[in-house]
Amino acid sequence: MLAATGIGIGHYLAVGAILFTLGVFGIFLNRKNIIVILMSVELILLAVNINFVAFSAQLGDLAGQIFALLILTVAAAEAAIGLAILVIFYRNRGTIAVEDVNQLKG
Amino acid sequence: MTLPLFFFYVFSVITVASALMVIAARNPVHSVLFLILAFVNSAGLFMLAGAEFLALILIVVYVGAVAVLFLFVTMMLDVDFASLRQGMLQYAPVGVVVGVILLLELLLVGGSFVLPTGVEATAMVPIEQGVQNTKAIGQLLYTRYVFLFQGAAGILLVAMIGAIVLTLRHKSNVKRQDVFRQTGRKRSEGVELVKVKSGQGL
Repeated sequence: MLAATGIGIGHYLAVGAILFTLGVFGIFLNRKNIIVILMSVELILLAVNINFVAFSAQLGDLAGQIFALLILTVAAAEAAIGLAILVIFYRNRGTIAVEDVNQLKG
Repeated sequence: MTLPLFFFYVFSVITVASALMVIAARNPVHSVLFLILAFVNSAGLFMLAGAEFLALILIVVYVGAVAVLFLFVTMMLDVDFASLRQGMLQYAPVGVVVGVILLLELLLVGGSFVLPTGVEATAMVPIEQGVQNTKAIGQLLYTRYVFLFQGAAGILLVAMIGAIVLTLRHKSNVKRQDVFRQTGRKRSEGVELVKVKSGQGL
């Protein structure tokens, strides 16, 4: 199905791999800023979705798109909960720096 | 180069470039805006792969809800983002090493695997030509994957309740209506009949 358009599955996999790597790299690079870390996680989930859709198109199987839809749901829920935790943490401590999150440390 | 291939390169280059800007931008608000750009362009990639419904859902859910949520939170928190960026270059080498190894591994795996011929015949749910993508997904989601669909609904419900419970707070200096107390009030606590003698006050 993809082949008719001249786009191979390798193209999609390369884009997915680069996006995934950028997401992981973003976690390392911005390890103090939890907002950017959450955005990097969104990028990683987007890369996974691209792979699902690419294989779904290549194999002519609709199940991949269903699972991509479910990943989208989980990503939205994760962002909502993560940002809610972030907001109450900021309300209590007045900072969002990751290194200040050490209250549970003995 | 065919037209779809051209658009594929356009979308993927913009997606990757804006993903880079998401993690490299100085201002988190710019990060969120680049995240929106990355989502919109990957919606184009989905569209090229024939997943029209997912492409539009990506725009509605990610750009319309998640990215705007990020934008609200980023703008609401009064944080000195410059101090959060200190020591960024200190962590960069480790990140580069891990990222390069990860990318090489992923590209090696992605570039070397071969799909066996005839694997399309084993598709669990074959995509039928001539059926709209949205209709096909609906017919599948509400029948075969209905429990997964319900599970996703449960996840969203828990996330919604969790977010509300986490961020709800009652301020002590705000007066609120207490319906139970209001309706449970007795006549005796409300009014009192007093015999006032003429010429005297209470």
